[in-house]
Amino acid sequence: MAKLTLIQAINDGLKVAMRRDPNVLIMGEDVGINGGVFRATEGIHAEFGADRAIDVPLAESGFVGAAMGMAIYGLKPVVEIQFDGFLAPAHEHLVNQIARIRNRSRGRWHVPMVLRIPSWGGIKALEHHSESIENWYVNNPGLKIVAPSNPYDAKGLLLAAIEDPDPVLFMEPKRLYRSFRAEVPEGYYTVELGKAAIAREGTDVTILTYGVHVHTALEAAEKAAAEHGWQAEVVDLRSLNPLDLDTIIASVKKTRRAVVVSEAPRTGGFHSELVALINDHALEYLEAPVARVTGFDVPMPYLLSEDFFLPDAGRVLEAIESVKTY
Amino acid sequence: MSTTQANALDMEQLFEVRRVLSPDGTLVGPEPDLTPDQLKDVYRWMVYLRVFDQRSLNLSRQGRMGTFAPFGGQEACQVGSAYWLAKGKDWIFPTYRDHGAMQVLGVPTKNIMRYYMGDEQGSKAPEGVNAFPISIPIATQLVHAVGAAWAAKIKKEDTVTVGYAGDGGTSPGDFHEALNFAAVYNTATVFFIQNNRYAISTPNAKQFKTKTIAQRSLAYDIPGVRVDGQDVLAVLQVMKEAVDRARSGGGPTLVEALTFRYGPHTTPDDPKKYRTQEELEEWQAKDPIERLRKYLVSKGIWSDADEQAVYDWAKETVNAAVEAAEAEPRPSVDAMFDYLYEKPTPELERQREYLKAYLAKKSQGEAKTHG
Repeated sequence: MAKLTLIQAINDGLKVAMRRDPNVLIMGEDVGINGGVFRATEGIHAEFGADRAIDVPLAESGFVGAAMGMAIYGLKPVVEIQFDGFLAPAHEHLVNQIARIRNRSRGRWHVPMVLRIPSWGGIKALEHHSESIENWYVNNPGLKIVAPSNPYDAKGLLLAAIEDPDPVLFMEPKRLYRSFRAEVPEGYYTVELGKAAIAREGTDVTILTYGVHVHTALEAAEKAAAEHGWQAEVVDLRSLNPLDLDTIIASVKKTRRAVVVSEAPRTGGFHSELVALINDHALEYLEAPVARVTGFDVPMPYLLSEDFFLPDAGRVLEAIESVKTY
Repeated sequence: MSTTQANALDMEQLFEVRRVLSPDGTLVGPEPDLTPDQLKDVYRWMVYLRVFDQRSLNLSRQGRMGTFAPFGGQEACQVGSAYWLAKGKDWIFPTYRDHGAMQVLGVPTKNIMRYYMGDEQGSKAPEGVNAFPISIPIATQLVHAVGAAWAAKIKKEDTVTVGYAGDGGTSPGDFHEALNFAAVYNTATVFFIQNNRYAISTPNAKQFKTKTIAQRSLAYDIPGVRVDGQDVLAVLQVMKEAVDRARSGGGPTLVEALTFRYGPHTTPDDPKKYRTQEELEEWQAKDPIERLRKYLVSKGIWSDADEQAVYDWAKETVNAAVEAAEAEPRPSVDAMFDYLYEKPTPELERQREYLKAYLAKKSQGEAKTHG
């Protein structure tokens, strides 16, 4: 098995999907000859040609809407949104059209498309390049939301998303694109959408998170073990919709304490929904209120203040301490 | 040529309004390439759609249907824009005022009525009828039309798509994005813009500065044409050229059809607040149905008996559709959850179970109250 970075795993996944199914194509800004600004689509134009590696005019509403037109016609577009913040112009198509077509045509048409979205902060980028778009869409019925945290899952979830007959927002942790390598099988395999993974087993507290902050949580868990002898269980949600509630609730019932971590702004976030679900399904098991480690209710700051905003292992550790000593 | 010189061009002259029949039904353009049977078929469609439209507006006013968007006055556009499309192959992407064109392409009248009665099932076109569900968000459907034609091109199929919009629909960015994408990738898309002068109450003068919508085609380097939208033979002719050009690889066309809706924007709207009676009457004097009827009579292929028969048939057929639509059962609770994804998520299943249990309890309670 080859050791790949997360971006290499995505590139590999795209090529595997395109070799397997002639209806799969990629489109987006600079994804063709240039191979994408992060090089996620490198080599695809050369192997598959301009009809399947499409450079589009610079207009997200237009190309996301056009991709929907392609999808209902029988193609499977995998659309790259260059940066998370640039998804905003496509919002209308996502919420008013793409998410609703299967339902409003009572199944006559559906939209098998994937939006690959380099997501979240941590790379000291310009403004509008570091957004937590899951909070824009998680309460919008009809869109699946997937968020891998490592190269193996990135490829397997991407292939599952492409195979899925419904629209999927595929949030890529851009901060992890090249930060480490992991073993990734060659060829085709999928990781089922809607199944969480236990990234670290533990008995004292459950940390629920996804994407980039799985690693923040793991770091905090090691600190908690070293400093206090507490074993934190880290649940990598992998998919926000569909959500693996069973794994979440089983873990919380086991540890009786929970911390949720995401860098989205605090109010109305998906992290808050996790707290509500624990309230619905496991309240009587809790020894302490669920703690939230989140971003703040301010726009993602410019790069000099980015570290103020992003959750780090210290904040997660503090939350663990608060629920353990409640 | 500098832009100052270009701006001095008379766009209304450059994009001369194409016309075949004058309002009194006399030929002023080239004889249409239609058989007598086709001419009568076109006429029957326009009559049928007007009867349907008036009946639906009445149903809406009686509360037997929800809010309805009538197209009365725009029948020539509705029929002429869809008439040449290959059923089972070509696609239309309609607005809420294009359910006439949807019927011409093969959507049953009952479906349109169910849609406006509030049943999603109405948006499900029968297999083989590629009429996409009505788009209420303005101009979004234009980029979908481009995407579908683009997919056809990639699949090496000669499918044509028609994207519909009104004059107000030329203002959102999607109008520009659609035309630009179609031009750059040379997709087989016809943009059929019905300029009925008012976007609800906002007149053309407050919508755009240009004298015509068709002239915007110049900016995309694609053909643009203005047509008398009350002259079905002219619409048919313009659309035939545009559809043939698209199918043969000639790319997109921007069509601006000059027309007028006689009625309100939708049921609750009162057009007297923003339009004069004189303006309405001026347009009614150019009525598309009356115009074609006079032409058919002058050709000696239409009699008073034919006229009576076509209205009788239209009323009976529409009545049957109303009966069928009103006889449909209400949508089930399951239908609300079943179609969002191919397979409902576990959370959706939980919500469905909750609602069903609540409704069962509620109906038991009601049964007790009545018992």
